[in-house]
Amino acid sequence: MTVKDGARFAIEVLRGGLITARHFAVNMARHSLRAIGIRTRRTGAVTIQYPEARKQVPSRHRSLHRLLTRPDGRPRCVACMLCLTVCPSECISVEADEDPDPEIQKTPIRFEIDLSRCCFCGFCVEACPEDAIRMDTGILEWGRLGRDDLRIEIWPGPGPGRKI
Amino acid sequence: MEILITLIKIVGTLVWFLTLTLYLTWVERKESAVIQDRIGANRASILGIRAFGLFQPLADAVKMIFKQDFVPAFSDRILHSLAPFLSFFFVAVTITAVPFGDSLRIAGRTVALQVIDGSAGLIFILAMLSMGIYGILLGGWASRNRYSLLGGMRGAAQLISYEVALGFSLVGLVMVFPSLRLSDIVAFQGGLLFGFLPRWGVFLQPLGFALFFIAALAETKRVPFDLPEGESEIIGFFTEYGGLKWGLFMMTDFMEIIVMSALMTTLYFGGWQVPWLGPGGFHFPWGGEWPLPRGAVVALQVASFNIKVVFGCWLQILIRWTYPRLRYDQLMDLGWKILVPLGFANIGLTAVLIGVLS
Repeated sequence: MTVKDGARFAIEVLRGGLITARHFAVNMARHSLRAIGIRTRRTGAVTIQYPEARKQVPSRHRSLHRLLTRPDGRPRCVACMLCLTVCPSECISVEADEDPDPEIQKTPIRFEIDLSRCCFCGFCVEACPEDAIRMDTGILEWGRLGRDDLRIEIWPGPGPGRKI
Repeated sequence: MEILITLIKIVGTLVWFLTLTLYLTWVERKESAVIQDRIGANRASILGIRAFGLFQPLADAVKMIFKQDFVPAFSDRILHSLAPFLSFFFVAVTITAVPFGDSLRIAGRTVALQVIDGSAGLIFILAMLSMGIYGILLGGWASRNRYSLLGGMRGAAQLISYEVALGFSLVGLVMVFPSLRLSDIVAFQGGLLFGFLPRWGVFLQPLGFALFFIAALAETKRVPFDLPEGESEIIGFFTEYGGLKWGLFMMTDFMEIIVMSALMTTLYFGGWQVPWLGPGGFHFPWGGEWPLPRGAVVALQVASFNIKVVFGCWLQILIRWTYPRLRYDQLMDLGWKILVPLGFANIGLTAVLIGVLS
């Protein structure tokens, strides 16, 4: 390493230090101004204080599934099993029953999704011919203590002890 | 009475030192967070009061105290337990030689704001800092873990190399200053250079200061020079430690930061001196005067010392969060091929300048 290289190296080292020093000064000024009640254009940190403050969930997000209902309150789902067929994680299980309406023929009596397997690809939503299943509940927090608790019954609804 | 005063001074100094150490961990977290556009630890609370995470060090301390005191079965038990204490002790003892302020006069007694005003205070601090190597070596050796041992050896090699650079960078300073007694060194820096500039070491020895600062950074063995520990990937000398003993090693690191800033302040930034502040008040070089009572002067001096030390800590933490680690050969090159020759050059330059000027 020649003297010239060394000088260049030293200058770059100093510039690196100045970059972090500038970050510190700018962010510290923003924090201080906000602490005494003066609004600044930007905050000093990009952190979102999660449980208290939440990020806006985008409108096209995919979250916990729900079954849509007809005007009379019964599910739109006709238990055709297309979602179950298309699902790459094989996490959907549907128990079908005969529907009293001959036009509809079938109805689910239990629609269960195993969240420990679901990969949130949204294929079930795409595949549904009745537009009965959607992934737009906005429920994103389903931490559980056991695997069995992650089998969520979305129809007829979360059973006892399976609160979502 | 003398013993009582000394005891009070020791306790006060230790309280100052340990409190600063404790809160330096908080400063480290918060400063790194601010640098990286984050917020940092702010969840530790007492009765719902968070106070910017100021209780975080207490929470950490409680956590570390109640952790299992684990000693691996294959280790050398006595040495394994001794290492963190040695490491801690030799750093803690250095602060006794640092002058915090001018002497106070209480009830007819002159009380120097310094625990030991030894005639070789500078040498004492350097000697104790180099003894800190035993903590690292023993920690690596007594763990009976090959990787820990290698970490300890790396640490020893690094500290010995930079000890040399640190010593050479200080020789020029010793030539300029009249004494090795730290109180004399600080008093000498109260004078003026060219009638207006404070006669601080950094103005007398700019090159020496740069060398000292780099060598001191390496002595604290933190990130650009953290080869002994290498917590992110390589395995360091305190791998086999946990709980409070590991905490002692970490505290030693933070205490070294404080000691290095205190030493830097004392030697290069005028210690407790405030520019143009004499015993009777301010004497500005442009002719103004501002007389102050004795108590106010001493308070200003102690505040000045503390501000300088905290600034030094801030700067070292900034450096720790800026630069990537040096490779081992680069570390040795920097120490032996750059700092030591430049240290020699500084000694020669200082000698020539002293000869020409006197």
